[in-house]
Amino acid sequence: MKVLVTVKEVAEVEDDFEIEGTEIGSQYLTYDLNEWDDYAVEEGVQIAEDGDDVEVVAVTIGPERSEETIRMALAKGADRAVRVWDESLEGTDLLDVDAKVRLLEAVVEEEDPDLVLSGVQAGDDAFGATGVALADEIGFEWAAVVNQLDLDADAGVAHVHRELEGGVDEVTDVELPAVLTIQTGINEPRYASLRGIRQAQSKEIAPKDLDDLGLSAADVESDLRLTEMYEPETESDATYFDGGPEEEAGQLADLLRDKGVAE
Amino acid sequence: MTDVLAVAEHRRGDLRDVSYEVITVGRELADETGGDLHLAVIGGDVDAFAEDLNREGVDAIHTVDHGEEFNHGVYTQAVAQLYDTTDAGYVVTPNSVNGLDYAPAVANRLDLPVVTDVIGLDASGDGLVATREMYGSKVETTVELDADRAVVTIRGAEWPPAEGTGDADVTAFDADIDESAVRSTVTGFEEAGGGDVDISEADVLVSVGRGIEEEENIELVQDLADALDATLSSSRPIVDNGWLPKNRQVGQSGKVVTPDVYIAIGISGAVQHVAGMKGSDTIVAINTDPNAPIFDLADYGIVDDLFDVVPALIEEFE
Repeated sequence: MKVLVTVKEVAEVEDDFEIEGTEIGSQYLTYDLNEWDDYAVEEGVQIAEDGDDVEVVAVTIGPERSEETIRMALAKGADRAVRVWDESLEGTDLLDVDAKVRLLEAVVEEEDPDLVLSGVQAGDDAFGATGVALADEIGFEWAAVVNQLDLDADAGVAHVHRELEGGVDEVTDVELPAVLTIQTGINEPRYASLRGIRQAQSKEIAPKDLDDLGLSAADVESDLRLTEMYEPETESDATYFDGGPEEEAGQLADLLRDKGVAE
Repeated sequence: MTDVLAVAEHRRGDLRDVSYEVITVGRELADETGGDLHLAVIGGDVDAFAEDLNREGVDAIHTVDHGEEFNHGVYTQAVAQLYDTTDAGYVVTPNSVNGLDYAPAVANRLDLPVVTDVIGLDASGDGLVATREMYGSKVETTVELDADRAVVTIRGAEWPPAEGTGDADVTAFDADIDESAVRSTVTGFEEAGGGDVDISEADVLVSVGRGIEEEENIELVQDLADALDATLSSSRPIVDNGWLPKNRQVGQSGKVVTPDVYIAIGISGAVQHVAGMKGSDTIVAINTDPNAPIFDLADYGIVDDLFDVVPALIEEFE
């Protein structure tokens, strides 16, 4: 059995930052594995640990810089990785869902997985749509926002919970092959052990460009253009307490007593 | 001139609030494109739903009587077929868990761009301009596309619900559902939580977020809750980490709470969290980041380190 896990290196933004055009200044960014994908990797690795002869392959769309992050997925137990990038993608400030689907579809064709796991969304652009669109494109069944997974590979079914709004889970049986988008909290992602980090150094990250995937630049042109980026206007009309922790606590305590709290 | 197709959402016999909001958005778009607003309602008691959804601004309602509950296989097929039989350019769905379970597939099938979690829309020029957030609400962006065809999923509670009484034509749409392509079966629903406490009943909530950093620090906030005779609740990451049980989670996927006093400690105020607590009478926020969105809806704020403020506050009440 083969499990393909889509992973993404995402930028996290410091509290104080500046915007330059339609992007955030690189000095305010730190890069990490997308939080949702961390859970997806863990889920894939757990499936491999529970089963016989399960290979976990991580796939990412990202420049060479992202290899460090992808190696974290390898250190946590993925067997190998595929990194898709092409110089024609360099100047793209927003790769839309359709472009990602085309790139990932080409990788799925090569890898022929039984199960694809992706994070529900990415922490940067938060589209939350790639997994389901990919499933439709490759003819897999799917389930979005999965927070519990019980895989019965022999019966060809994934018993899942989908986390709906308002503290309600939908309980669903999904036929395999399938794409499942994984929600945070489904498991407890492991930390990469020193041994895992050492082993990851010798695991393969295969680079693929458009040519390798049989695609042209036109195939991955985005319909969407990012035209503006700005800080949202703050609408705060809060009363602020200040003057150091004791004084702040004192003022807040007075307020709470006024409100009848803890009398 | 293109029409707009909006899709309603329901669960376990009830229409969800966002159904009335997609009507508002659909009407605004249709006014800009000069077309009609079509509304689809799929599954459940479609006739009763259609009656309820017949609000001002809706030109046509298409009922698809297929199944009781949401199933993405049915929704994807029905919406794609309705798109083809109307003159729709834009499809508008909720950016809900279920919306994200079919809207991207509809877009893929119809070869349309998809723009999700939209908080503002403008189709008055050529094409569409959508407003979205990135980086966990730290920035807003505008995204443009030249086409007058797209699938758009809208964030709940950003638009007012449609009101009034409409005079839409209500017709049953006989969708040709290929059952062999419906390969997911919903077997039931489970309520998360239960457990030792119902946070939605509490008058005073002390709520802890990611800023608490370590599991052992939860005790500090619990001590404050005890000192204030309040109930301890949390944002999502605390529950994800297994530091508190699910029944303590405030937010879109947890509980909606409306206490007299809500004290948010080390909570940034992500939109999903805010959806669960914005109805609180008095909101107090303690956070080191002065730009944290939680301060946008706080009545009282302290920009300082919780590890200094919380012990001092406990002392005030001991």
